[in-house]
Amino acid sequence: MSPILEVENLIMSYQSGSKTLTVLQDINIVIHEGETVAITGPSGSGKTTLMGLCAALDNPTSGDIKLLGNAVKPLSEDQRAQLRNKFIGFIFQNFQLLPSLTALENVMLPLELQGIKGAEEDAKKLLERVGLKDRMTHYPTQLSGGEQQRVALARAFINKPKILFADEPTGNLDGDTGATVESLMFDLNKDFGTTLIIVTHNPELAAKTGRTIQLKSGHVVADVKNIVQNTAN
Amino acid sequence: MNRFKFLWNIAIRDSRKNRSKLLLFMSSIILGVAALVAINSFNYNLRKEINKEAATLLGADLSATSNRPMDSTMMNILDSLPGEKAREMEMMSMSYIPKTDETQFVRLKALEGDYPFYGKIKTIPSEAAQTYKTGRSALVDESLMLQHGLREGDSIKVGKTTFEIKGKLSGAIGSVGAMSSVAPVIYINMSDIDSTGLIQPGSLINYSYYFKVPSSLNMDDWKAKRKTQFRSDNVRLETIEDRKENLNRAFSFLNYFLNLVAIVALLLGCLGVASSVLIYVKSKTNSIALLRCLGMKPWDAFLVYFIQITFLGTIGVLIGIGFGVIIQSALPVLMADFLPVSIQMAVSPRAILEGLIVGISVTTLFSLIPLISIRNISPLRTLRLSLDETSDQRDWLKMGLYIAIILVLTIYLWVLTSSILAALGFVVGIVISYLLLSGFAFLVIKILKNSIPSSAGFVVKQGLSNLFRPDNQTQTIMVTLGMGTAVLTTLLILQSILLNNVSLMDSGKQPNMILYGIETNQMTELKSLTESYKLPILQQVPVVTMKIDGWKGKSKAQWLADSTMTAERWAVNREARVTYRDTISEDETLVEGSLKRYRNASDSIFVSLGTTFAEALDVKVGDEIVFNVQGTRMVTYVGSLREIEFRNLSTRFFIVFPNGILEQAPQFQVLVTKTPDNATMANYRGAVVKAFPNVSVIDLTTILQSVNDILKKVSFIIQFMAIFSLLTGLIVLISSLTLSKYQRLKESILLRTIGASRAQIIKINATEYTFLGVLSALTGVGIALIASFILTKVQLKLDFDISWWIVMSILFGLVLITVVIGMFNSRDVVSNPPLEVLRKENG
Repeated sequence: MSPILEVENLIMSYQSGSKTLTVLQDINIVIHEGETVAITGPSGSGKTTLMGLCAALDNPTSGDIKLLGNAVKPLSEDQRAQLRNKFIGFIFQNFQLLPSLTALENVMLPLELQGIKGAEEDAKKLLERVGLKDRMTHYPTQLSGGEQQRVALARAFINKPKILFADEPTGNLDGDTGATVESLMFDLNKDFGTTLIIVTHNPELAAKTGRTIQLKSGHVVADVKNIVQNTAN
Repeated sequence: MNRFKFLWNIAIRDSRKNRSKLLLFMSSIILGVAALVAINSFNYNLRKEINKEAATLLGADLSATSNRPMDSTMMNILDSLPGEKAREMEMMSMSYIPKTDETQFVRLKALEGDYPFYGKIKTIPSEAAQTYKTGRSALVDESLMLQHGLREGDSIKVGKTTFEIKGKLSGAIGSVGAMSSVAPVIYINMSDIDSTGLIQPGSLINYSYYFKVPSSLNMDDWKAKRKTQFRSDNVRLETIEDRKENLNRAFSFLNYFLNLVAIVALLLGCLGVASSVLIYVKSKTNSIALLRCLGMKPWDAFLVYFIQITFLGTIGVLIGIGFGVIIQSALPVLMADFLPVSIQMAVSPRAILEGLIVGISVTTLFSLIPLISIRNISPLRTLRLSLDETSDQRDWLKMGLYIAIILVLTIYLWVLTSSILAALGFVVGIVISYLLLSGFAFLVIKILKNSIPSSAGFVVKQGLSNLFRPDNQTQTIMVTLGMGTAVLTTLLILQSILLNNVSLMDSGKQPNMILYGIETNQMTELKSLTESYKLPILQQVPVVTMKIDGWKGKSKAQWLADSTMTAERWAVNREARVTYRDTISEDETLVEGSLKRYRNASDSIFVSLGTTFAEALDVKVGDEIVFNVQGTRMVTYVGSLREIEFRNLSTRFFIVFPNGILEQAPQFQVLVTKTPDNATMANYRGAVVKAFPNVSVIDLTTILQSVNDILKKVSFIIQFMAIFSLLTGLIVLISSLTLSKYQRLKESILLRTIGASRAQIIKINATEYTFLGVLSALTGVGIALIASFILTKVQLKLDFDISWWIVMSILFGLVLITVVIGMFNSRDVVSNPPLEVLRKENG
């Protein structure tokens, strides 16, 4: 399978007063199409920073990232936005739904951004798929945490992304709800053939992926294939 | 097109749960535009009416006016005009009302001919405008008749003659209501004027001639050819076109004032727009970050909110125009006393168009300042809420916007004031105030950071630290609040200075009554009458009238023909009223030379001039001036210059001769006294008018009461108009404080969560808002004091004598309002469970 994400000699540092704080140090990763990968590590190890850089949300201090064969660094903000819109899906720990849009409108949004007609039908099907057929016209504040995350899942898959980034997708949910969302996420991932990159503290969730990259103090300390595979994978 | 449709849809969807958050934004626009449209509409309608009514305001095609009878040359030229002719003499005088045994200061107009030729003298009954011309009859101002309970058929005595009142005068030609309350008008027949005994040498009389000419004769051309000749003889010619110009010029002050109010309301509205949009953008940051994360381009994200704001802004502008049109109909009613014409409540398309253009352009520009920062909101915020997006790079687009705002404001002010200098002055003033305010705020933050005592309690430390913590709004609030305070305080201070200066004139031992036009042989009797009322004779001055024939070696005619003449015409042409004495009076300071006595016929005559007059005539100590003293040519030299104080009521003379020269010239006397109370004043005034009908009594207390009445009316208008500024100022205050609410909300919730009591949260917020209020109010009031000091000294040339209680009330009031609004904003945090508040805010 061809590589979908290539990270080479990646360094990320911030200026904190007169000091330079290096968050990521010399990261080299290659992820192939269809892989499911968990990025784990203690707080402050650089997981979220790495995800932000891989998803073209930020610029590294040095090093290169190739996403879907395109070098990210030379892309303009508009080109990155287009890349995210067409090929990337996101799931966030705190759901990140637009509060003034209904569940249906939130799901339609990525396709509408592309100017694709018929977004409503696709969005309805996906909401039905995640079990929210009767909640389509509800606003985020009228939904529970689990329901909000299911809307976020539907939104993440509506543009049939090549790669899905999930930041602690079950971190804000209780055990049962979290399990339901996990299961839905892996199912959808399988159906759509998406590459899945999950940032998580949860070793059980990480174990359900095909590969775990472990970070510590900004370094990759382990990159292993998971032996026990999730049934859904 | 599709892209726009999508952005439009997103904009509408996104706004639907947040429209209430844009209420402040809409209110700012509505108030600012309403003020602008109302005031401009009123101004344009006033100008239109003046232009339409100019003929009836002048009452003739040409008027020729002088303060002395015209000589035969001038009269021959005027008499050569074809058509109808009328004559008027006008003077101030005291009248006596037998019915009530009271006296009244009046403006007496004696008419001959069918003036006015255009329009008519409005009387009740209407036939009185004709019947008063027969017998010893008069038309009397409506307000005077009302005040003294007079009716048609009653009598009024002016000078030595008693007139029968034929009717009420409800509208004199070309007069302004407020002026007639100082001296109500009485019309009599020209044939009766001599019988009053008021025409004497030195009497202050205006002589006017009115002409109605065939329409084929262009009076402006006729006047242009003869203007110089008439002007050199101190005759003022006025055509209908001149009257239009003069009236428009006279009302330019009203225009300036109203424009100032409109600009202030608009500027405050702009501040309201900028700060309310900033609040909105801040509350939308997460949504914007998410849109960006999902692939929306930076400029598209900007456009979504730009569409929302422009759409609502346009609705706000339209509502503002609607309000403006309604309010403008109230202005003519409020200002009726000051206007020479009655104004029709007409909608002014020009004012509406201006409101639309200025409203939309200013709203767009000011909202763009916070809106353009949308394009810099990073999608990374979806992962990290506490992302710091500050950049060291200069935002050139923002700089460009500031320049565009300054340019648009300057152009608009230029159009409004017709003066690029005034426009630039105003804009520079605003920029300096802005720099001062933000500089002071920066300094305060800097000082606070290093000076909070470690011994201060947690609550105080927390409250004060909020002022300099990351994302603080101290600078924004201090600038908006301070700017609003500065503008409003300046208005209030100037108003109080004007009122104070007027009331000062009647305080302490200052004279309050002048008796004018006393014949020399009446003086002894008048003095004893005055002493019988136990009144002091503060001044007794002889007055001789004369004209200037020449100066600095050239005759007046030579000077007037000389294009390099630097002297001002008022100084050259005036009929000078001169006194003679060898001393300096209390109101004068000798600034150059000395008062040289005249001992014998071989001595040169050295006169003393007031500095203002010397500057106007462009003469210095030692220069020659030739006077024409009622036919006798008199060569004199400038011996000294005096600075004359014009603060109180007393006689002042620009020209003072030494004793020993004018004693035998035809002259009259002036007596100045001080009455202790209104009753003595009324009795004394009545006795003088009865015994000496030819003597004019100028009574300061009555005049001051009238001036106070006028100023009260003006104050009411100022206050009415200031309501716009106050309301917009309040919106700016609410917007600014709401800005800080978003910064403090999560912090307060967190404090509540970890156990802070309600009282502690209240105290922390109160500390922060009190400090903000005090600092903003102090800075704003400081700027207002400087601005009003400069305006008072330079523009109004008055003493900077302010009522400090006004300043203190503003300071105290503003701090109170700041704290109240601040606390009101944070009421949710203290009265609800933390999680509920968070959910509400996030929803």
